[in-house]
Amino acid sequence: MKQSASVRRLMVIVALLAVVAMAVGATACGSSSSSSSTTSAGATPTGTPSPTLTPVPLQGGTIVGAGASFPAPLYMKWGEAYNGVKGVKLNYQSIGSGGGIAAIEAKLVDFGASDAPLQEADLSSNGLVQFPMVVGGVVVVVHLNGVADGQLKLTPAVLASIYMGKTTLWNDASITALNPGLSLPAIKINVVHRSDSSGTTWIFTHYLTDAAGSVWTAGADKVVPWPIGIGGNGSAGVATSVQQLSGSIGYVEYAYAKQTGMITTQLQNKAGTWVKPSIASFTAAAANASWKASLPSMYLVLVNQPGAASWPITGASFILVQKSQADAARAKQMFDWFNWNYTSGASSATALDYVPIPASVYDLVQKQVWPTVTAAGSPVWP
Amino acid sequence: MSTVDIDIPPQAGAPRGSMKAETRGRRLRLGDPIFRGLATASGLFLAVAMVGLGVVLVIDSWPAITGLGTKMLTTVAWSPSTGEYGALAALVGTFLSTLVAMVIAVPLALVIALLLVELVHPKVSRVVGTVIEMLASIPSIVFGMVGIFTIVPFMQDHLVPWVLSTPLGKVPGIAPGPNYAGGGVSIFTAGVVLAFMVLPFITAVSRDVMKMVPQVTKEAGYGLGSTTWEVMRKISLRYANSGIVGAIFIGFGRALGETMAVAFLIGSVFTSLPHSVFDPGTSIASLIALNFSEATDKLQISALIELGLILFILTILFQVAAQAWLRRVQRVTGGRA
Repeated sequence: MKQSASVRRLMVIVALLAVVAMAVGATACGSSSSSSSTTSAGATPTGTPSPTLTPVPLQGGTIVGAGASFPAPLYMKWGEAYNGVKGVKLNYQSIGSGGGIAAIEAKLVDFGASDAPLQEADLSSNGLVQFPMVVGGVVVVVHLNGVADGQLKLTPAVLASIYMGKTTLWNDASITALNPGLSLPAIKINVVHRSDSSGTTWIFTHYLTDAAGSVWTAGADKVVPWPIGIGGNGSAGVATSVQQLSGSIGYVEYAYAKQTGMITTQLQNKAGTWVKPSIASFTAAAANASWKASLPSMYLVLVNQPGAASWPITGASFILVQKSQADAARAKQMFDWFNWNYTSGASSATALDYVPIPASVYDLVQKQVWPTVTAAGSPVWP
Repeated sequence: MSTVDIDIPPQAGAPRGSMKAETRGRRLRLGDPIFRGLATASGLFLAVAMVGLGVVLVIDSWPAITGLGTKMLTTVAWSPSTGEYGALAALVGTFLSTLVAMVIAVPLALVIALLLVELVHPKVSRVVGTVIEMLASIPSIVFGMVGIFTIVPFMQDHLVPWVLSTPLGKVPGIAPGPNYAGGGVSIFTAGVVLAFMVLPFITAVSRDVMKMVPQVTKEAGYGLGSTTWEVMRKISLRYANSGIVGAIFIGFGRALGETMAVAFLIGSVFTSLPHSVFDPGTSIASLIALNFSEATDKLQISALIELGLILFILTILFQVAAQAWLRRVQRVTGGRA
């Protein structure tokens, strides 16, 4: 009797563990359903570096991709929806842009994804082609008592000065002059940046360099020698630090700020107008950019674009594919999916607070870039 | 030696029964070498994996070793856009946070171990001991998350402002530097959480070595009229001395390489040296973890791998030094005991 009781207790423990494990697994897969079109590789914490991706067998009926984590939720959503429509599965591993580039260079995957575009020289030396798949905005967030969402106004020069550690107090004349209606406290500005190497930092620092190059001198990259401030791990880390300390300023992806209800700022764009972050102002920036001049590499930094409605800190996330494909049918299947994303994926993109690629840019990609991809000498698309 | 070992079992088994013993003996003859081979192979595999790891680290970090030279160890920089890498801030941050952790964890662990061994009922001791061992099995990311949501606010709202308001706040090394950000996200906070993480290891090992103090020796102490405190201090602690040092080394080694909890809490400031333990800083392991996944520049990848190599060498040096020291102490106290 006693033994069976202890056996039963053991079973209960095992069952509990299994439930916990399943719950953890489900969380790891994010909001996506448990359909096999997604992999749990997205659960890999940023701390587990793995540019040496395990080769995935390139089987038929499945598109295999790897790379940037920023567009991963959208790619998985698109993959899932497309699987419902065409029965073609997507296996996207969100291992970071660096890993995605390494994976496509080594032909371990069908496509790689990177938040920062590759330069033309890097593309041609590795036989790659790139094009933008989705646009995202980076917003400046603050934690100041009495300041509501979209109230605080900052110019690029003031923002750069804050991030250089030169403007240190919130009631500095340069800030109060821009915000006559707000009473800003005489407290220290607590600067928060990303501690992990990220595409968000790449976009943000390119913006500071481009729009306020005389003030911002720390360069533009995924990680820069920050003159001041503390680092937060990922958007969540930045958000936590900003929310915990009054007087903080940080930058996160728009989707993250919106979903967590953070206080965003207005920025003065290149045309001199004050803009608030929104899908419309990101789209304006993407549409006003001179994509045509970026051909054939499509290397374009989307920050500080012209146009009165353009949000100045906007960036595109790119897809990388091999210029010469081994399997024509397989390549066609992948480009069909890309095409579907552009033409039918806009609503899922905006639902997740991403910005769909404007039609004019899609037109350019489809007519100028895709035909350069070949399999056995003949173009894969159309 | 090996032939003797193999020959013994059948002889020992012989008196039991004639035929059975012989078959059993033949099977043993076959089983023994197989197991010996497997065991040797496993042992060799471990050695090869260890050496292989070192070799791979050296090969992959070679571009950084030759390209950056000693600048890696002596400068403060981390800038892929200019190709400048120097890990001095990470080295300093690693040692400072580990130091804070040890200063907190070692006395606490020793007191807990003494409590478990000398003061409480064995039943209570077992329960508390199990709880402490469970602490050791909590994934480090959990410590990081608990740290960022509870310990960081506590530090910046209560402890750090209080410490800085006392005369202690003017002492160099405690007085905040230019990067001070409220003290919540800081080397000190990372150290405090590290202390919790290494506490179970130090406690468990210390408790086990204290348990090995012969009862007779302790009773002799009591017999001479010593109080409990005197017995603990002069007999238990002294007898278990070497084991405790070993326990501290184990804790130190773990704190040195801890990644995720530190990455969450230390603030990741890699562009300047910390002026105070309340300043944010960075550590070797968290610098690697936070930069590796998005690193595209070849030199940066190589520099990150070199950081891994540095951590690898540091840990090995630490282990070797610890074991050498332990052997020395064991010789000395072993003679006395």
